[in-house]
Amino acid sequence: MEKIITVKDMVKKFGNFVANDHLTFDVYKGEIFGFLGANGAGKTTAIRILCGLSSPTSGEMNVAGFDVYREIEKIKKNIGYMSQKFSLYEDLTVAENIRFYAGIYGISPKKRKEKMAELLKKLEMESAKNKLIAGLPLGWKQKLAFSVAIFHEPKIVFLDEPTGGVDPVTRRKFWDLIYEAANNGITVFVTTHYMDEAEYCDRVSIMEAGKIEALDTPAKLKERYNAKNMDEVFIQIAR
Amino acid sequence: MEAAKIFKLITATDHYKMIQINNISKSYDDVQALTEISLKVEKGELFGLIGPDGAGKTTLMRILMTLLLPDSGEAKMDGLDVIKDFKKIRHIVGYMPGRFSLYQDLSVEENLNFFATVFGTKVEENYDLIRDIYYQIEPFKTRRAGKLSGGMKQKLALSCALVHKPKILVLDEPTTGVDAVSRKEFWEMLKKLQKKEITILVSTPYMDEANLCDRVALIQKGKILDVDSPKRITEKFPRKIIQVRSDEMYRLINNLRAYEKAESVFAFGQFVHFTSIDDDVETSELDIYLEKHNHKNILVEEIHPGIEDVFMELMKSEPQAKSHEL
Repeated sequence: MEKIITVKDMVKKFGNFVANDHLTFDVYKGEIFGFLGANGAGKTTAIRILCGLSSPTSGEMNVAGFDVYREIEKIKKNIGYMSQKFSLYEDLTVAENIRFYAGIYGISPKKRKEKMAELLKKLEMESAKNKLIAGLPLGWKQKLAFSVAIFHEPKIVFLDEPTGGVDPVTRRKFWDLIYEAANNGITVFVTTHYMDEAEYCDRVSIMEAGKIEALDTPAKLKERYNAKNMDEVFIQIAR
Repeated sequence: MEAAKIFKLITATDHYKMIQINNISKSYDDVQALTEISLKVEKGELFGLIGPDGAGKTTLMRILMTLLLPDSGEAKMDGLDVIKDFKKIRHIVGYMPGRFSLYQDLSVEENLNFFATVFGTKVEENYDLIRDIYYQIEPFKTRRAGKLSGGMKQKLALSCALVHKPKILVLDEPTTGVDAVSRKEFWEMLKKLQKKEITILVSTPYMDEANLCDRVALIQKGKILDVDSPKRITEKFPRKIIQVRSDEMYRLINNLRAYEKAESVFAFGQFVHFTSIDDDVETSELDIYLEKHNHKNILVEEIHPGIEDVFMELMKSEPQAKSHEL
């Protein structure tokens, strides 16, 4: 299988505090990779490094074929990012947000128009095109934020707790989009506090105090920890 | 005897109602946040308001906390009216809002002392109530609240909400954005507080937490879908739920959705939950259908529903927002 992210001995220190302590793992092309851990385990630090937003203390890391020390700008062009905390501009409309992101990633106006029409149709949001983001239901914002994050057809999309606070149907419809993206060859790197969502991942890594304590398919993790579900696996590791 | 009289007799001998909500409605401009909500919470109960963002949980809690006036209806906390007796209510309730709202530039200790003083008490007075929670953050008592981790902020906020030994504790989404382990610990703390005769009203968007409550109200778009114990809510659910698994999740979902009898098909952890139109489906036919589509390691079985299954079914009767209505 083709590796899309390789991480070898990644270390990140803040003063004496070791946030990432020799992380080593690979992510394969087209997989849904769950990156789990308790609050403060070091997930966000690692994601920031892989997205080129923070520089590591040491280690060898390659994202989408580019080196995290020397080719940060190339990495940024080849990844998408979405988090629950920030994703869309609330006081821009749906169409303006799409135009803005398309502009940043250098997508031609012609292609943008085609893709925007296609996207709005797929999300059944055509008549909300000129509405402000602020007035949309949370579930719509999340779906749109995800679609905008992959609008430039990145190789990898990083999702940092994308699904908090929505009803169970909306949460599952969001995962339909994730499956679809992965099926189209986009690698999905996702963090979540919903343990049922950990089951939807091809492989899951669980961090604890700056280290990766476990990394495998949900089925194998459950077998190894003799657990009924991922919730039990997580509690055994993180407690 | 007519039904109304029987009902009165039953309720008269029933437990004391610590929280009584009758036909509360509230709107903001053109948004109807709450529509004729009625609820009763008994003394000593751990009661959950379960629903997604925008369901009206915070609005209802703010009305009970006397921070917001309802448009109509009435509510009582330990027999006190939320409008007329608001000052008295504030002495008997503890409130932990959804957004961290302690003083960021006061230390842990200073925050706690501040809240004790505001309520005319001392931290030592009711220390037994907060000991189990506070001792975990005590090593950091000189640290500014703004510099605490998420889990520690949560423990401090809970300590401050308990410092005056409230009769009723109201917690607005205390576990949102918190990892699975910390969530579990937080619920264990709530169970301990319940034993100390505090009535607890807690809201959460995590459906699995419903099972930790004595009773729950499922709430969506300002309306209550159902109120009951989590066990009864799932037991009385009339639909047939079939749980399906195979080695390929995405293909499984798509194949099941394409099946002629399919009504709803959604992922539930490692399984897919399948309901069919009129519940007219046998596990054996799904088995055959999936084998025909070359699925491996197929499992098809009828199961008891969980809270999420019920919530998703009850949601269907509510019209979903369409983009042209916004």
